[in-house]
Amino acid sequence: MSPSLLSARSVSRRSTSEGPFARLALISVAMLFLAFFLLLPLVSVFSEGLKQGVDVFAEAIVTPDAISAIKLTLLIAAISVPLNMVFGIAASWAITKFRFPGKSILITLIDLPFSVSPVVSGLIFVLLFGANGYFGAWLAEHDVRIIFAVPGIILATVFITFPFVARELIPLMMEQGKADEEAAISLGASGWQTFWHVTLPNIRWGLLYGVLLCNARAMGEFGAVSVVSGHIRGETNTMPLHVEILYNEYDFVGAFAVASLLACLALVTLVAKTVLEWRFDLHGGAKH
Amino acid sequence: MADTPPSPLARAVPPGKPALRPFRKRSALPGFSLTFGFTIGWLTLIVLIPLATIFLRSAGMGWAEFVRVGFSDRAIAAYRLSFGTAAAAGAVNAVFGLLVAWVLVRYDFTGKRIIGALVDLPFALPTAVAGIALTALYAPNGWIGRYLEQFGIKVAFTPLGIVIALVFIGLPFVVRSVEPVLADLGKDVEEAAATLGANRFHVFSQIIFPAIAPALLTGFALSFARGVGEYGSVIFISGNMPGKTEIAPLLIVTQLEQYAYAGATAIATVMMLASFAILLLINVIQAASRARYGA
Repeated sequence: MSPSLLSARSVSRRSTSEGPFARLALISVAMLFLAFFLLLPLVSVFSEGLKQGVDVFAEAIVTPDAISAIKLTLLIAAISVPLNMVFGIAASWAITKFRFPGKSILITLIDLPFSVSPVVSGLIFVLLFGANGYFGAWLAEHDVRIIFAVPGIILATVFITFPFVARELIPLMMEQGKADEEAAISLGASGWQTFWHVTLPNIRWGLLYGVLLCNARAMGEFGAVSVVSGHIRGETNTMPLHVEILYNEYDFVGAFAVASLLACLALVTLVAKTVLEWRFDLHGGAKH
Repeated sequence: MADTPPSPLARAVPPGKPALRPFRKRSALPGFSLTFGFTIGWLTLIVLIPLATIFLRSAGMGWAEFVRVGFSDRAIAAYRLSFGTAAAAGAVNAVFGLLVAWVLVRYDFTGKRIIGALVDLPFALPTAVAGIALTALYAPNGWIGRYLEQFGIKVAFTPLGIVIALVFIGLPFVVRSVEPVLADLGKDVEEAAATLGANRFHVFSQIIFPAIAPALLTGFALSFARGVGEYGSVIFISGNMPGKTEIAPLLIVTQLEQYAYAGATAIATVMMLASFAILLLINVIQAASRARYGA
């Protein structure tokens, strides 16, 4: 090997990557930052919840108020997630299988709830259906309660989680094109058959990914739900709201015990999400 | 598909149908009116009409009243706090988010996959849980707070606490924006620069940074926008003193609890217009960077 080539090589290595010491320093700083800002908060949830032992922890979770909060949270997710799933599939079918003007505007509008503060997302439904809202008088006359009741919580949750499934499916279906579906149709399959036997198997993992993120947000939403719920114990209290109430009553162990359940939900979501990304080469939710 | 000639399938439309639809291009696939109609209808019902009520209400209250309640001293203090802390948190996240993305993309080390997954924790953890956890950590008797207390640094119940909460919430936006761009960046340009005599610092500042700057700016903007509207993780750690540690979303809630609908609406309108302006800015940045790099 000629000396000039050797020196060019070492220059190249020095300039295209950091030395081992700099590398170690960068990794250490990044890990320290993540440990302080992500790991420690997560650990403290469980540690605070278990501060007075497993018995106190378990007791806090099985109080009637906590049980009813858990049930309500599951109910809210069970209604709002399927609604957004159907919407997400319909929207991405229309957007990716056909060409029409204004498509990018439509995608922007679907993303709109992401750029609205959760509190504002609750407020808009209060302005529509609250006692003082546009439909308030009519609803009161017909004895229908939306605000400070379960329908309001569902509406706010559907609004907040509106884009999740659609934004996961649109890039995926865009990439897959429509050749498979065209082949199925030309072979005589009906529209529904094509969807069930061709499209759905193609998009199932992406769909699951979107549903997963949608569900995590639906169960964990706080700001929007807090505005429309009215915080009625045993009636309109979701798990995150129950955490707040317990915390504000200085029942810290109770608050962190219920919070631990939500943290477990977050961990399950993260693990499932990572497995999906890793096995099926899906992209992360925040990527555009 | 723009340049391909019409596929034979497209011509197989039954002859009874109109030859050319003015709105959409012909397609062999069914279900356009069903899915498009459902999409537009559901979007209008759930998103557009509810959002429009905010502007309708604001327009209905008249300019003078809007300015009086939307720009009261208390509201201005809240905007200043919300936008200021969100910008500070966005800046912290831009620096450390870039560092985390860099380490995750460029280096190999044990536990990298777990760390990579952990970055998304703020997306998955309910904000109220994050809020009470951070408060417990940074309170004067907390794991971190008690050590900071010895140095006279107060975090919980001060604007600094709000920044901490917003750093937590916004971090994944920066990491996830920068990561793919950094991964796509070819080593060849860096090698070319190196053989031409550039040192590592020059390669980073002249080659790498300009290429990832638009993504970094997008991440900052996303983190900032999320921070401005954030509520759940902030209200526990902020202390909520009017004029001092009262963020704008909390002020909306306070106004609502006092049945001051006009105030809540006006403040929400100001915040929403600001958010949309940020969203527009993100799109402009992305369009500009696409035009520049021809992606």
